[in-house]
Amino acid sequence: MVFNSQLPLLRVRNLCKQYGPSCSACARLTGPEQGSNICPECGSVVACFGVSFELLPGEVLGIVGESGSGKSTIIRCLNLDESPTAGEAFLSEVEGGKVNLFALSSQRKRFIQSSLLGVVYQSPHLGLNLDFSAGANVAERLLIQNNTPEYRPIRKRTSLLLNKVQVPVKRMDEPIKVFSGGMQQRIQLAKALAPRPTLLLLDEPTSGLDVSVQARVLDLIASLQRETGVSMLVVSHDLGVIRLLTHRTLVMKMGRVVEQGLTDQILEDPQHPYTQELVASVL
Amino acid sequence: MTEKLRSLLDSDTNCHYYNFAYLNESAKREIRRRTLKAVAIPGHQVPFGSREIPITRGWGTGGLQLTLSLIGPEDVLKVIDQGCDGSVNAVNLRRLVTLTTGCRTTTRTSDATLIQTRHRIPETPLTRGQIIIFQVPYPEVLRYVEPQETVTRRMHAEGAYHRMWTFLYENVVQWGRITIGARYPVRVHNRYLMDPSPIPRWDIPKLNQSPALMLFGAGREKRIYAVPPFTKVEPLAFKDIPFEVEHQAGAQCSRCGATDVFLTEILDKDGSCRWICSDTDYCDQRLAAREKSHGV
Repeated sequence: MVFNSQLPLLRVRNLCKQYGPSCSACARLTGPEQGSNICPECGSVVACFGVSFELLPGEVLGIVGESGSGKSTIIRCLNLDESPTAGEAFLSEVEGGKVNLFALSSQRKRFIQSSLLGVVYQSPHLGLNLDFSAGANVAERLLIQNNTPEYRPIRKRTSLLLNKVQVPVKRMDEPIKVFSGGMQQRIQLAKALAPRPTLLLLDEPTSGLDVSVQARVLDLIASLQRETGVSMLVVSHDLGVIRLLTHRTLVMKMGRVVEQGLTDQILEDPQHPYTQELVASVL
Repeated sequence: MTEKLRSLLDSDTNCHYYNFAYLNESAKREIRRRTLKAVAIPGHQVPFGSREIPITRGWGTGGLQLTLSLIGPEDVLKVIDQGCDGSVNAVNLRRLVTLTTGCRTTTRTSDATLIQTRHRIPETPLTRGQIIIFQVPYPEVLRYVEPQETVTRRMHAEGAYHRMWTFLYENVVQWGRITIGARYPVRVHNRYLMDPSPIPRWDIPKLNQSPALMLFGAGREKRIYAVPPFTKVEPLAFKDIPFEVEHQAGAQCSRCGATDVFLTEILDKDGSCRWICSDTDYCDQRLAAREKSHGV
């Protein structure tokens, strides 16, 4: 894989998210060595702590780890849904990567979220508005691009996008709830890709699906990534998903990154005992 | 009873029986302060302490409180209910204001300095210096698409109006056009979405660049908002599916013959239907002008 530029698209520095009062001992008393992410002093949950990484344009980065290791918290913070307790994130397309995204006004954050970021959640009800039709859900992201949008071009692009993710265009005006789980995930994908984002965040995109549907959705994601060259951050507990999609991987446990490197390397030659356990338990 | 009250108010000894314009001075001052803020941020809803007044919430208390806080002894008041000066609601509101202020009232739009209205903007164009006060049942334009107040406030703050646009998109998908009748969402000064109160689509273009100050009061929901004079107000619509006002082909006022006004359909006892001007003052003026020209 050759990346067009060595300038990172996304730089994340020292991302921390704590739920609760948080004290000075939180960092010391939690983590994989302590075997807990709940601070015994103040009772805060340290969801993630000191997470730093870079993502190059066109690169796919995986985050793997067990439930509660802080993977989804990172996605929520980077999608600007939640503010982290500490840390910085820089996106090369926002003022040349010189401004911390978390420090921007909520109005700017909303703009960045709707034009530069795309997200696919594990369950469709988080990413889709179930009251609207499939087409409207995808169109929603296109309608904010312009102060006075045009109906027909948006409708055309919506059907194009749905076609791309293999949802029958003649069903585009049906409500979300009549679609199968796999279809709903693909509609979420179309919605995420609608404004041509530079960064796609996938939070367990296939975890709720059965194996054959899972394979087809993963194939679709991989081919769309190659086609559009979008950078992706894929969160999963499933090493199969990570192996199939990602170039590089972070392994997380108890809110900390315990190992990172090329995906093949991590899967073939895991260094950290937790990664070894993880790889051994699946493969 | 009314006569007794009037005599109490008129006599010098009892002139402090009610404060001028019913509300006490601090209440009026608070409402004026909120109004100033509303004027400074066009289309933004400003919360205010809606007072108890002797009409039921939901019957124009927001508009009435604005009127009472703004009216002075020199003002000339016009009150209309769906374009009509003579409906029960308009008559009662007008009576309360005159009883507690002694101000002059009128039905002629051009003579009024203050116009309190329910669900219409007069057909006679408003002029500089006039203030029109709307009674608003639902101040939150995003209530169509989001039930939670905390969420809608955030949406306004962030300018995140995609859900309203999606609602319009679905409307067009389903019906081929936007089917909202009254309460058509508008964007004020390129920023806030605003509920223009349940005026018909016919009146929406009159909001744009109006020379008169437009104030909106929602008493039950405790909100004031405003459109200052000469402010851009545009209805939300797609570029290729433009906004349209109501139009009934061939309809004509059965009294004055007007066609370019908002008409109301009236069913007669024999089942036949006819149209008349919704704005009764405008209709009367046209009839008077016709009689005058015939007389000459």
